[in-house]
Amino acid sequence: MKHYAIKYLREEVLPTPFCPGCGNGMIINALFKALTELGYEDLRNFVFCSGIGCGAWIPSPHFKADTIHTLHGRAIPVATGIKLMRPELNVFVISGDGDLAGIGLSHLIHAARRELGIKVIMVNNMIYGMTGGQVSPTTPKGVKTTTTPYGNLEKPLDVAKIMAAMKVPYVAKWTTYHMIPLKNSIKKIINVDKFSFIEVISQCPTNYGKNVGFRKPFEMLKWFKENSIPISKAKDMKEEELEGKIIVGEYVNQIE
Amino acid sequence: MLKMGEKYFIQGNIACAEAAIIAGCRFFAAYPITPASEIGERLSELLPSVGGRFIQMEDEIASINAVIGASWAGAKAMTATSGPGFSLMQEGIGYAFMTETPCVIVVVQRVGPATGQASKGAQGNFYQSRWGTHGDYSAIVLAPNSVQEMFDLTIKAFNHAEEYRTPVILLADELTAHMFEPVEVPEKVEVKERRIALDNSEPFFDSKDPLKAPPMPKLGIGLNVLVTGSTHNEWGYRATSDPIVHRKLITRLYYKIEGNAKRICEYELDIHDGSKIGIVSYGCSSRSAYGAIEILSEEGLKISHLRLKTLWPFPDWAVEELSSKVDVIIVPELSLGQLVREVERAAYDKTKIISLTKVGGGELIKPHEIIEVIRRLQK
Repeated sequence: MKHYAIKYLREEVLPTPFCPGCGNGMIINALFKALTELGYEDLRNFVFCSGIGCGAWIPSPHFKADTIHTLHGRAIPVATGIKLMRPELNVFVISGDGDLAGIGLSHLIHAARRELGIKVIMVNNMIYGMTGGQVSPTTPKGVKTTTTPYGNLEKPLDVAKIMAAMKVPYVAKWTTYHMIPLKNSIKKIINVDKFSFIEVISQCPTNYGKNVGFRKPFEMLKWFKENSIPISKAKDMKEEELEGKIIVGEYVNQIE
Repeated sequence: MLKMGEKYFIQGNIACAEAAIIAGCRFFAAYPITPASEIGERLSELLPSVGGRFIQMEDEIASINAVIGASWAGAKAMTATSGPGFSLMQEGIGYAFMTETPCVIVVVQRVGPATGQASKGAQGNFYQSRWGTHGDYSAIVLAPNSVQEMFDLTIKAFNHAEEYRTPVILLADELTAHMFEPVEVPEKVEVKERRIALDNSEPFFDSKDPLKAPPMPKLGIGLNVLVTGSTHNEWGYRATSDPIVHRKLITRLYYKIEGNAKRICEYELDIHDGSKIGIVSYGCSSRSAYGAIEILSEEGLKISHLRLKTLWPFPDWAVEELSSKVDVIIVPELSLGQLVREVERAAYDKTKIISLTKVGGGELIKPHEIIEVIRRLQK
């Protein structure tokens, strides 16, 4: 019997080029589980746009679907053009933090403002993985990377918070430790034609984990678990208590 | 909306916007910029009434990428900008070339570099229109010199874009774009429709005939279209370490345009028997050249003239023909000398080339400036 996910994948390109322990495969699994639970037999009506980077390689070329691998940072404007001319298509953007929060951040904010039915999954591994582990806009303060050898001096960007401030109809943040809630979040947005944003904090053992002292991927997942605070609980906590924590959960849900 | 077979007295940018609708343009994305903004203003009014979409994007990078998305969604798509925006769009233009995405980019040239003089015309984007993005590629660039040609060449630009599945640049200038002139809308306009693939019987990124573009697949019908700006094989699969795949792709994309140069190129070539002096010009400077030629003709001095309507591919053969007939070619242009380099290259050492350049700062090259050069030659 074939694996349940094979129906969504281009078998000829497998295995993926992702490093051992990468979170990308887990995120693919969450998406495909959501699609399967909703009864999708194929990805005919979907278009997946992605930019450049490891996160952008999730759909392209692996998904057996229409996949547009755009320039670095430009998945959202391309998706905007597609959605405007073919509103009946289910347009997803799956890309990384460098792509969506670095070079392409303005597009994400403007897309949120436009209220087009584009669904964005931002894979946040807190590093530029593909290029060898340089600091990203989401790298926590103090972390040593290949371009912050003395530690990161800058504050990380909380993209989910920005999206929530913009009153995007659906905003959630999870980590790869939270596979079931992540799958459930994705499931909620698939059939809703509204702009939605899901951030997934993911592990990059090769270029992030090694810098912060996690030698094995599971150590990072454990760290995600221990450092995550549900948004319901975080509401009653002080800012100092939340320093360095990952606030997980649904930030906005106006689609149910 | 302009009616077929009617005459109008309109602005160049308006002629461009109206022609786009007639050519089948159904998507326009741009960022406001002087001196191109009127194109978007008019299209924001026209597009909804023909089932099209207008969107003002957050910058020119977003604009060209939205155009690329809309084109993949099946729409004939256009953007319009000027120097600063054109510089920002270059990466997207390379992507459109690499992914064979038909689209039209209108560039209304203004004084640069940087912000320069926003509302003043210039001709400093000649080479940028051809080599603005990185890597080996080819470009189709058309250059109107009248409001009528803002109309005609916009339609041509869409037709070339669809026929060759490539971005086409309409390189206008502030003077042509802001000028008011009569325009005749023909009774019938030839409009090229896109060749769409509804199955995978032909590859989406290869063609047996190197002079023809592959069909463009339709999204959302289960074709599993794979689009990437990375080096890719005939079905769109990335091959970023394979020299053979890259060589094959780039060679095909390049010759798809260069091999059709004679079909694409348009120009006006007036050669007068016994005329020893020639001019090569385009855009706003060609209007001054016509003025100078008329004045001198009244004195009995005949000047030959090659006026380019297609800048790229560059019609070497037309320059060769002119250079074989005259002793000297004058190249007037509103820049510090770009077109002249191409003329020199195409003319080899067949004839003497005189570059008439001008840092205009908003002033045109005037007919008497061309006449002065000719008078000096006659001494």
